[in-house]
Amino acid sequence: MKTLQQLQEIREGLKATIAERKEGAAVTPGQPRLHILVCGGTGCTSGNSQIIRDNFKKELEERGLTQEVQLIMTGCFGLCSKGPIAVVYPDGAFYTHIKPEDVAEIVEQHIVGGKPVERLLHAEKDIHGQLKSINDTDFYRSQRRVVLRNCGVIDPENIDEYLATDGYKAYEKAVTSMTPQQVIDEIKKSGLRGRGGAGFSTGMKWQFTHDAPGDVKYVACNADEGDPGAFMDRSLLEGDPHAVIEAMMIAGYAVGAEHGVIYVRAEYPIAVHRLEVAIKQAHEYGILGDNVMGLGRKFDLELRLGAGAFVCGEETALLNSAEGKRGEPRQRPPFPAVKGFFGKPTLINNVETYGNITQIILNGADWFASVGTEKSKGTKVFALGGKLENVGLVEIPMGTPLRTIVEDIGGGCPNGKKFKAAQTGGPSGGCIPASLIDTPIDYDNLMAIGSMMGSGGLIVMDEDNCMVDIAKFFLEFTVDESCGKCTPCRIGNKRLLEMLDKVTKGEATLEDLDKMEELCHYIKDNSLCGLGQTAPNPVLSTLRYFRDEYEAHCNGKCPAGVCKALVSFKVDKDKCIGCTLCARNCPVGAISATEEKAANGRPIHAIDPKKCIKCGVCISKCPKGAISK
Amino acid sequence: MKNVNLKINGVSVTVPEGTRILDAAVKAGFKIPTLCYMKDLCNESSCRVCVVEIKNNRKLMTACSTVVAEGMEVFTNTPKVIASRKITLELMLSNHHKECLKCVRSGKCELQTLATEYGCDPFKYNGEMNDYEVDDVTPYLVRDNNKCILCRRCVAACNKLQTVGVIDANNRGFATAIASPFGKSLGDVPCVACGQCINVCPTGALREKDNLADVEKLLNDPEKTVVVGTAPAVRAALGEEFGYPIGTDTEGRMVAALKSIGFDKVFDVNMAADMTIMEEGTEFLARLNDPNATLPMITSCSPGWIRFIEYNYPEQLANLSTCKSPQQMFGAIMKTYYAKKLGIDPKNLAVVTVMPCIAKKFELTRDDQSAAGVPDIDVSITTRELARLIKKYGIDFKSLDPKAEFDDPIGKGSTAGLIFGATGGVMEAALRTVAEVVTGKTLENVDYKAVRGTKGIKEATLKIGGKTLNIAVASGLGNARVLMDEIKAGKSKYHFIEIMACPGGCVNGGGQPIVDSQTRNVVDVRKTRAKVLYGKDKKSALRKSHENPVVKTLYGEFFGEPGGHKAHEILHTSYVKRNKY
Repeated sequence: MKTLQQLQEIREGLKATIAERKEGAAVTPGQPRLHILVCGGTGCTSGNSQIIRDNFKKELEERGLTQEVQLIMTGCFGLCSKGPIAVVYPDGAFYTHIKPEDVAEIVEQHIVGGKPVERLLHAEKDIHGQLKSINDTDFYRSQRRVVLRNCGVIDPENIDEYLATDGYKAYEKAVTSMTPQQVIDEIKKSGLRGRGGAGFSTGMKWQFTHDAPGDVKYVACNADEGDPGAFMDRSLLEGDPHAVIEAMMIAGYAVGAEHGVIYVRAEYPIAVHRLEVAIKQAHEYGILGDNVMGLGRKFDLELRLGAGAFVCGEETALLNSAEGKRGEPRQRPPFPAVKGFFGKPTLINNVETYGNITQIILNGADWFASVGTEKSKGTKVFALGGKLENVGLVEIPMGTPLRTIVEDIGGGCPNGKKFKAAQTGGPSGGCIPASLIDTPIDYDNLMAIGSMMGSGGLIVMDEDNCMVDIAKFFLEFTVDESCGKCTPCRIGNKRLLEMLDKVTKGEATLEDLDKMEELCHYIKDNSLCGLGQTAPNPVLSTLRYFRDEYEAHCNGKCPAGVCKALVSFKVDKDKCIGCTLCARNCPVGAISATEEKAANGRPIHAIDPKKCIKCGVCISKCPKGAISK
Repeated sequence: MKNVNLKINGVSVTVPEGTRILDAAVKAGFKIPTLCYMKDLCNESSCRVCVVEIKNNRKLMTACSTVVAEGMEVFTNTPKVIASRKITLELMLSNHHKECLKCVRSGKCELQTLATEYGCDPFKYNGEMNDYEVDDVTPYLVRDNNKCILCRRCVAACNKLQTVGVIDANNRGFATAIASPFGKSLGDVPCVACGQCINVCPTGALREKDNLADVEKLLNDPEKTVVVGTAPAVRAALGEEFGYPIGTDTEGRMVAALKSIGFDKVFDVNMAADMTIMEEGTEFLARLNDPNATLPMITSCSPGWIRFIEYNYPEQLANLSTCKSPQQMFGAIMKTYYAKKLGIDPKNLAVVTVMPCIAKKFELTRDDQSAAGVPDIDVSITTRELARLIKKYGIDFKSLDPKAEFDDPIGKGSTAGLIFGATGGVMEAALRTVAEVVTGKTLENVDYKAVRGTKGIKEATLKIGGKTLNIAVASGLGNARVLMDEIKAGKSKYHFIEIMACPGGCVNGGGQPIVDSQTRNVVDVRKTRAKVLYGKDKKSALRKSHENPVVKTLYGEFFGEPGGHKAHEILHTSYVKRNKY
């Protein structure tokens, strides 16, 4: 148990250390000369960042550098496609794609010798040919990190480091200088909207729970991030778990709850582990428990692990699952604010929503609302994926145009391919076509163009993607993840998928497209929960912006050459040199020599369409580009 | 309670606060279709067929779950609403084995009715269909998931109402199926065979095991003398299958129909109910006077209840009366006394019963139910099966003699036996006899109103001959569980408890005619059918079991004393502990 005074001492004691983890920061005497931050997010961990850290430790110990060089493992830096990542501060050297065996070289040449290992640095040069510093790189330049402020900066398994970033001061401020209603008013004034997808006013949600009658209330955190390709919540929990805990404590104070539940997917073992560590440390410091920080209030937290059903991200299904029941949604109303966890009034917010709370309390609603658009305040974290140079986690002010995200931060589509569309909101959202690339990203703009913010997955498609195939991919996901409770979602989406399948096989007619559209609208209007109500969005938005592609499929063509049933592979007789590479690599022996000879006298090859499985190996092997589809 | 004013399709209506749109619409004169909703039982909002539009609300709302608000304007028949419902039904049909021509539920199927009303194209959304194996391993119940629309009414009946809990949704998405844990058959789980799931099923996904072929075989066997006995509750509901309103007494027509079908003798199981009272009453008095006997004593007429206690409270089996159920007593009397009287080998006497119950089909297979060395009962059919047989045999039910009578010599029962068909009836019948036996005086007022009615648990404290008796009556296994938990905890104050597995008793048994959810929304089936029994009892001259001349004959000619040695051998049985999984 630490007193407020002791907590403050911990903060003061570490502030200088944390301050050094910035490019060009001055080194305070008595503090480490260098900081090596190794990414401990899920992506880099799967790239062996744990071994990299261990190697650093070994190398530093062997050289007796453990005092002057501080080595920590942080949360996600964001640029996941370049991982594993390590950063050396205050130099700001941004090492990417490190292998465990590179570590000795970095220590020897950079830490000891003072000369960064250039071949491992993130290679982005300015117009003068100089390597850019981290903050100047295209990836980071347009970002604004509010939620992710501590990710890639502090050690998430050390509560002291969180304290040093003014951690748990927001709670102290709320409880000692604000009434619960004042806290709620501040959140309302900030304009914060739920980051889980629907964008409902967070302050209103708090108000409803506050106003609901009942002695026992709960606050819950929805960490059941399920969109394919989305990992915002995971990264925040891995990189800054205390920020979420503190926000839930503030929420508990505001709505009158003494108990919090974090529902997190079991597939996030690192996030679960860091949460467990954080909760344990918070208990040891008396930050959680019967007398929080000696301020006389009770608050406790428990984790509930989800078994990986997408639908459990829907708040009422989440509640059922957290209660140990089958994870399927309940009819609303009553809303959880009135009848939630075990029938008690319950506030449910998403991880990223909580990620904003401490900053609003500490810096004020006006500070928060100064960023963003008229109706969408603050920043939004996106998980960039798909056909982009830079894939990873970014945080941008609301209202940033899609073009900035795709072209600047994302670095555009690889191999000079043309940007075709971006999917936001995952399987619940829709696509934004290239013609709308200048749309400022906020809740209402996305809604207006038939997509939605969703939790923050952003997947980019280039000219090689077939939009019907993309719609089918997302719908396959929702059909698979439907809980099966209501008819429109259980059977309607299944039938819709079957219709889409017909389209991709060239078996659909133009009338079928109309029938599909009718079914889409029906499913949206009639489904019980958000999963069903949004499941047809990928189909509707691709029908809206890429109807020509659907029509082409009805005429037997897949313009992008993706849908196998509509593609046939051919050898261009004039280009074939009879090298036999294609025939030797074809996995099904569909390619053989013909009687005809090429100019060099070798036999021209041909593909037997009956045997061909359209895998594309021949195209990739042909040295002359003689095979096309 | 405050009233709320709203408009439904422009019709103003005032209803109490908290009313669902569904019920408000009924008041305004509009029926809104439902499939998953069932009054007081199931409100999952999962089928989506009851959607309506509400002014200033962009979403379609489900009428079964949305509560009215002041000034609300509801539209139940807009083009959007009608089109949505139609697609919902068509989607259901796309994954439904459309075997209507051979489906036992045809004509009473809620899906079929709505599909016709909405002019559905059953093939519009043709696609992959689930293909399930039909679960028909038990002798009483068939589950055919190929016809299931996942309304979950059966789940609510099994879990909420009966607290039996052997079915729930398994898998997810398109593969979701109502099933037992780990996909086990209903024969391998502690299903108690109450059949309440069948009664609430909107389609033919749940049905009784049909034994009509067995009956017909017996009827056509020249070697066999075939007698039939009908349970009290059958006559109170059979008419519904022939267009009579719920609550019509069709005893005479039922008897006439059975004779037309060709049964050699048509008897009333009420007679056996009277015998049950004699035996059970005697047993109760013996226990009451024995300081070491197990109390409370609990009735044993309901075979679903017996399975329930054997699975869930095996340590309480000693509380059960050892009396066979009326069905089994009926069979035992037939195969012993009556066979002897006819001078035929019990093997050549076939006993068929018509019961409001599917658990009776199981009961006849129990051990210790073969008084004459052959099973007491050969075949038990439900009220629904009897109706099908009558129709199949081309018998014009409505033109039958409404006053036809059961056969002599042992066909007649008292109306104490008759009220066995309603919850509280066994208790009331027992009290009529016990009171007279204890006091030795003629009971003037035989109406024990405290034990009547459809309340789940009823209790009363009575003074009989200087003794104070605490009694309780429970119907529905969820209610039984409450009383059993008290007994298990040693906190039960009762001396005598009547338990019926089905809510409302046998009149609402798992073998009774199906009443659709829309009707159940406005009619209390339990109460309305029970009225038939109490009405007949009120008018009856023979209202006490011990006064039934048949009873006197049976004891005089054959059994000797109630509770005596012979009675024990023939009319009593034993129970077993059953393992749940």
